[in-house]
Amino acid sequence: MKKLVVDRVSKTFETDTGEEVEALRGVTLEVEEGEFICILGPSGCGKTTLLRIIAGLDTPSEGAVLVDGEPVRGPTPRLGMIFQDYSLYPWRRVVDNIAFGLELAGVGKATRTERAREYLELVGLDEFADAYPYELSGGMRQRVAVARALATEPAVVLMDEPFGALDAQTRNAMQRELLEIWEKTMKTVLFVTHSVDEAVFLADRIVVLTTRPGRIREIVAVNEARPRDRTCTAGASLRRYVLGLIDEGRPDT
Amino acid sequence: MRENVQKNRRFRGTPRGFHWAVMPILFLVVWEMAAIAINNQFILPRLGSVAVVLATPFSPILGSGSLVDNAIDSLQRVVVGFAVGAALAVPLGVAMGRWSTVDRLVDPLIQVFRPIPPLAWVPLALAWFKIGLASMVFIIALGSFFPVLLNTLDGVRSVKRTWIEAAMTLGATERQVLTKVILPGALPTIWTGMRVGFGIAWMCVVAAEMMPGTNSGLGYLILYAYNFSQVQVIIAGMIVIGLIGLGIDTGLRRFEERKFRWRELER
Ligand SMILES: Nc1ncnc2c1ncn2[C@@H]1O[C@H](COP(=O)(O)OP(=O)(O)O)[C@@H](O)[C@H]1O
Ligand SMILES: [Mg+2]
Repeated sequence: MKKLVVDRVSKTFETDTGEEVEALRGVTLEVEEGEFICILGPSGCGKTTLLRIIAGLDTPSEGAVLVDGEPVRGPTPRLGMIFQDYSLYPWRRVVDNIAFGLELAGVGKATRTERAREYLELVGLDEFADAYPYELSGGMRQRVAVARALATEPAVVLMDEPFGALDAQTRNAMQRELLEIWEKTMKTVLFVTHSVDEAVFLADRIVVLTTRPGRIREIVAVNEARPRDRTCTAGASLRRYVLGLIDEGRPDT
Repeated sequence: MRENVQKNRRFRGTPRGFHWAVMPILFLVVWEMAAIAINNQFILPRLGSVAVVLATPFSPILGSGSLVDNAIDSLQRVVVGFAVGAALAVPLGVAMGRWSTVDRLVDPLIQVFRPIPPLAWVPLALAWFKIGLASMVFIIALGSFFPVLLNTLDGVRSVKRTWIEAAMTLGATERQVLTKVILPGALPTIWTGMRVGFGIAWMCVVAAEMMPGTNSGLGYLILYAYNFSQVQVIIAGMIVIGLIGLGIDTGLRRFEERKFRWRELER
């Protein structure tokens, strides 16, 4: 069975002024267990909307999302979400942020703290267990958010431009670390980005969306072994190809 | 920041560390000079006679209890009244902030009642509850209710949407969202509301104690002293009222600075 199925999902928003905004049209996608999928498209094309629908935070106007064959009806710990703005709880220490999902599930204090520390180690922040989020840099905060999402052991991890706010160097380091974590945990990952480079570096398959209303333009398989070289020629031609797909999708070119 | 302020002060040539005392000392000097010039203790007593009252806080005044006795009475009333007001305002504010239906339903009422000063309720309070603790608690609760409510509402509305959504994707129930995200996220603002509310409650208690039939409390004491033309007692009572208000506000503010540091550092 497919891990995740997005079945002909469409979404039309109604704004406060009564206007209708069609954000997504007939998006269909099947994801295997353990796959790393990047969803790529220009800003405003409906990437966040798609991810929110998969997470159960928004309902599709048409279509459905299935995880392990079961329809998603609302937010669930089976689908972990990592937001672009980290959305850590500033009044909780790092370790308590990571233990939050376990706390909600009623896991006892000692057990959840221990589990949280394991995930802290996984993201390389063991020394910062007792720090508050405001004492951390952007990259460190995003690692805490990753650890928090992983600690409840979701079936699928959804990430919405998680590294978009980081500087280029931190961003590259975070991409490498994410791949290491992914290889250790073998999670199914859906990673939204507007950066072609990022998608080519990370993904097993790249889902390229058109401009709004977002439809699937093409799903591009990346058959290159990891760890990938950011400067190799195969990568360069793939990048050129994907960029071409995005540019063709623009109405004014 | 603090350092900057001090540098500024030094630049202006005031001895460092004592600048806060300059105006109060000047004030006392002017007072004493005026008292000597007026030479009428029923209008403006000398500093010394007020100091005598303040220096003997445990001795009974005109047969109606000491400064301390009356202060304790006032404090008890303000604590009860404030607790009632806040206990109603916080849940209502959270409900209004979380569910827009509640907000739309209740808001018109709030808008109409809010501009009525607490003291305008005194006659009605007397008619309903007669003279005594109940009517005072009613006035004090009313006075603290609105600042606590409005700040709670503001705090709940300012809770980031992704904080709530992150909790939901981690499996939070509606109840858990309320207790583990919305309340702690809004708490700094709620606390500010409590501080403002307590200040107003303190003003209300003094005024409420001037209602006819009251026979204790700092408000009562200074009105009673007026009937006996004991102006030095009036002023001593006012000073105690001011100092207690200042002390409580400082305590609440200290707690706020210590516990809710994240609010400033987050942004
Ligand atoms: N709640 C909403 N109400 C109305 N329009 C929305 C809402 N959310 C998103 N949209 C619109 O849907 C389109 C897609 O948005 P989004 O999914 O955020 O794009 P992306 O993440 O790819 O930048 C945009 O035009 C946006 O204005
Ligand atoms: Mg987006």
